[in-house]
Amino acid sequence: MSVNALPPNAMDALQVENLSRSFGSRQAVRKVNLRVAIGETVAIMGPNGAGKSTTLRMIAGYLEPDEGDAWINGASIQSDRTRAQLSLGYLAEGAPLYLDLSAKDFLAFLARTHGLRGAEAKDAIARAAEDAAITDVLSRPIETLSKGYRRRVALAGAIVHDPPVLILDEPTDGLDPNQKIAMRSLIKRMGQAKAILISTHQLDEVEAMCSRAILIDGGEIVADSTPAELAARAPGGRLEDAFHALTRGEAEV
Amino acid sequence: MIEAASPGSKQDAGQVANAMRAVYVRELAAYFLTPLAYVFIAIFLIALGAFTFEIGRFFETNQADLAPFFLFHPWLYLVFLPAIAMRLWADESKGGTLELLLSLPAPVWSIVIGKFLAAWTVAAAALLFTTPMWMSVNWLGAPDNAAIALTYAMSFLMAGGYLAVACAMSAVARNQVVAFVLSVAVGFVFTAAGLPVVASGIAGSLGPGAADALASFSLLTHFEAAQRGVLELRALFFYVAFIALWLSLNAIWVGARKGG
Repeated sequence: MSVNALPPNAMDALQVENLSRSFGSRQAVRKVNLRVAIGETVAIMGPNGAGKSTTLRMIAGYLEPDEGDAWINGASIQSDRTRAQLSLGYLAEGAPLYLDLSAKDFLAFLARTHGLRGAEAKDAIARAAEDAAITDVLSRPIETLSKGYRRRVALAGAIVHDPPVLILDEPTDGLDPNQKIAMRSLIKRMGQAKAILISTHQLDEVEAMCSRAILIDGGEIVADSTPAELAARAPGGRLEDAFHALTRGEAEV
Repeated sequence: MIEAASPGSKQDAGQVANAMRAVYVRELAAYFLTPLAYVFIAIFLIALGAFTFEIGRFFETNQADLAPFFLFHPWLYLVFLPAIAMRLWADESKGGTLELLLSLPAPVWSIVIGKFLAAWTVAAAALLFTTPMWMSVNWLGAPDNAAIALTYAMSFLMAGGYLAVACAMSAVARNQVVAFVLSVAVGFVFTAAGLPVVASGIAGSLGPGAADALASFSLLTHFEAAQRGVLELRALFFYVAFIALWLSLNAIWVGARKGG
């Protein structure tokens, strides 16, 4: 099942319309449509290779779609890329970082690329560092930080310019339980004032943080509803059962 | 929250400049906050000194000019400049930061220029450290300082040419060693095309017109006019166009790597 194309709507901070992408003969993403409004945290779930990261990369402007478009805060990622990207915070899969920089220099670099300078940049870095709970490690080189701290530095980088839209690709991947709880709490808090699209395999995370869950399989959206509604569709009444029932298991890569 | 700029506005141009400046500062810091730039400059100066005094026989010419010094610039650039540029894009691929960089609110070409300018600044610093040679010839005699200044300027432009090739090769290759080898190979082609031995070979087989045409694409050919103290506008145009061409290829190749 694929959701019908949606017209752009000024109420939604993030709108995706008919996004499609192939790699050679393999159709990775097929006519994906979705919307996320301010105050919503939406999960995009699916088996490995289902097309989640490809979808997020196209929305972030890193990957060119074959078809379709995404609007971030009203700006098209296809025709008005810079303006769209100014309104977007993107945490890529694996949370890439410049390991040779200190956390503070990394955030300063990202603040500058988003046009923040002087006192404005300093305040933005302090706020992002506080939100991501990395104030105590700001001056340390990133290469000396633990995986949990690195992930939080990457998240601070995504929010340093206070974007209205956040795209987070597996933000809790590889974190220990305590770090996951802290990260979820932060995302939940930010979700009150931002539109957040989050890719995750953690179903408990979806239930804890997300107001809506989109299930993607074979590059197509197969379900889009609240986590509770989605869980109710499975005989066992659990999200895990719904995930299993609605997807075909491990996708072909 | 950040207010986004209107399309095509002055704010757009300002945003491009912001991103370019940020990339330039980040790359410059990567050079100068690590031993990389210092080691490069030191080895470059030692090599240049050795070539100038040992092979160029600087003191034995008994002339107050820098001809033996400038003679080796193209050949040293050919080997040394790829060493500072090879990391620029290959490292981004290796470290997984290409996605971070290419998701920034800036066109690819602005990031390409930011990185190139940082590497060119290191080359400029290396060149600046050779100015005691210039002072020395002024102490020894009365050189044509205008001609020396012109040759320095053209040497700087020529360094930009070699660096632009190396930046583009770094975007093609996924590791630094391959980027270095490709840069030296491509740079050698655009240097050797101006050698008399190559010109005579081409003239013998394809005619003098073909030899002249080939030589006109050589970084060496256009530098030789400056070494004679002659400012040729076509040389100036050549270097600027050469840099622009290779930076454009760099941007195209980086764009093609988007999405892994």
